[in-house]
Amino acid sequence: MSVLVFIDQHDGEIKKSSFEAASYAAKIAEQTGTQAEGILIGKCNNDPATLGKYGLKKVYVAGDDKYSAFDDGVYTGIIAETVAQSGADTIVFSNNFNGKAIAPRLSVKLKAGLVTGAVALPDTSNRFVVRKSVFSGKAFANVSVKTATKVITLNGNAYGVNEGEGTAEVVNITPATAEGRVKVKEVNVLKGEVPLSEAEIVVSGGRGLKGPENWNLVTDLAAALGAATACSRPVSDSGWRPHHEHVGQTGLAIAPNLYIAIGISGAIQHLAGVNRSKVIVVINKDPEAPFFKAADYGIVGDAFEVVPRITEAVKKLKG
Amino acid sequence: MKILVCISKTPDTTAKIAFTDNNTKFSEEGVQHIINPYDEWYALVRAVELKEKDTSTVIHLINVGDASNDAIIRKALAIGGDEAIRVNTAAGDDYYVAAQIADIAKEGGYDLVLTGKETIDYNGASVGGMIAEFLEMPFISFATKFDLDGTTATITREIEGGAEVNEVALPVVVSCQQGMAEQRIPNMRGIMGARTKPLKVVDPKDIESLTEVQSFDLPAPKQGVKLFEPGQEEDLVKALRDEAKVI
Repeated sequence: MSVLVFIDQHDGEIKKSSFEAASYAAKIAEQTGTQAEGILIGKCNNDPATLGKYGLKKVYVAGDDKYSAFDDGVYTGIIAETVAQSGADTIVFSNNFNGKAIAPRLSVKLKAGLVTGAVALPDTSNRFVVRKSVFSGKAFANVSVKTATKVITLNGNAYGVNEGEGTAEVVNITPATAEGRVKVKEVNVLKGEVPLSEAEIVVSGGRGLKGPENWNLVTDLAAALGAATACSRPVSDSGWRPHHEHVGQTGLAIAPNLYIAIGISGAIQHLAGVNRSKVIVVINKDPEAPFFKAADYGIVGDAFEVVPRITEAVKKLKG
Repeated sequence: MKILVCISKTPDTTAKIAFTDNNTKFSEEGVQHIINPYDEWYALVRAVELKEKDTSTVIHLINVGDASNDAIIRKALAIGGDEAIRVNTAAGDDYYVAAQIADIAKEGGYDLVLTGKETIDYNGASVGGMIAEFLEMPFISFATKFDLDGTTATITREIEGGAEVNEVALPVVVSCQQGMAEQRIPNMRGIMGARTKPLKVVDPKDIESLTEVQSFDLPAPKQGVKLFEPGQEEDLVKALRDEAKVI
């Protein structure tokens, strides 16, 4: 028995969310008196042994470059082989794009109950109950997994990274899994920008900014904070900002440590995408804006005056 | 080409979230139901667009649920689709639903199975991937673009901070999200036509759910907002650093 965590990487770099998933897996292992191990697929620039810092005892590596391009079927096959080799009974993924692509397949392949979007450690004292976010962050469900093998995907920023000392044993594997069927033709990632789903701080703008020409208010503050930028649905629908920046019920759901909303009224559909943020700051000239009810801090005022002063204050304090 | 579009019923996006029966059931009181927006706006509309391009395309809709789902199935048929199948059962977990759909899909010989990226109630985001595994088809998730050239599909999927363009031979299962298509309002002709389109009701297969919801609860209410005046921006930033410790 062990806990196996999928270590996700992009372009040879292990994703931050995988350090969190590894920390979470290590804690489950501690809770159930077993050990946590990782599976890393594709060519990686990082030394897998360093995953020991997050509590992994062993990392299986299928490091052949032919596995570097993502293929949900191939990855599922390799992970299933590793589950068989390691005897894992709990498999952990980040609840990110790759995690959400593989975990459901693996659940069927292993006939293992799946809970996606976990927000806490499973309760293993009585059966195996995982707390997850439902109704787009407006509620939680406690879900019991009835099968001997369990699959969990962990929501980003729900558990945190535990970094300590340690070195993981690296086991190179040669999977028997067949050729993939998906050909990756292009990968386009905005270089140098913080991906929205991985960002710790997000600065977001709404219709209150009046037009795309005023977006420097958002981007300047984001640059000062090292934050990612986002927007409300009307903004992306009007073409002021690209679709991938849209956060909300029908866009991306995010959970940063700090979410700063500028000129966004806070419709229920928008809140559904951001209400898992740890701290919410709202800047709006309308004191009746519903967003203030969901906020931790706020300024009722004209964004065109207030936001540049916040940017200056951040620069000054960060010195 | 034969397309299967998976449709689920969800509470309206503005529905009040409350629970009954000792917090074990979602309270349906006063709740309006809709087609899950991702299923409707993106999966179904993209299928309809493909049929508009190639009129020989056949679109089937599938839903797993009881007779109370017929209203949203008819609405989906009004947007498009040739016929619908409802697996007559109270839906179980994602595994249960996916297994029921896969069972029908196996018989149907579909070239393309479309789902929304997730439902807005249980946010499982897993039915598409599960169907793909049952059917041993490739699965492209969180797709923003789908183009077809003969039997080869070029599909763009979202990844952290960007996009990936994939090429895959049919058949394939695709979960759809924003970018895939634009929302459509059903017209009168569609609504009238939907009344006479076939809606087949079939019995479920004997499948067991692998998970079970024990209870629901609501997040603790916020403590209340701490307001600063315009001019106190520096105090706000200090509070974020020293009190909230987020910068």
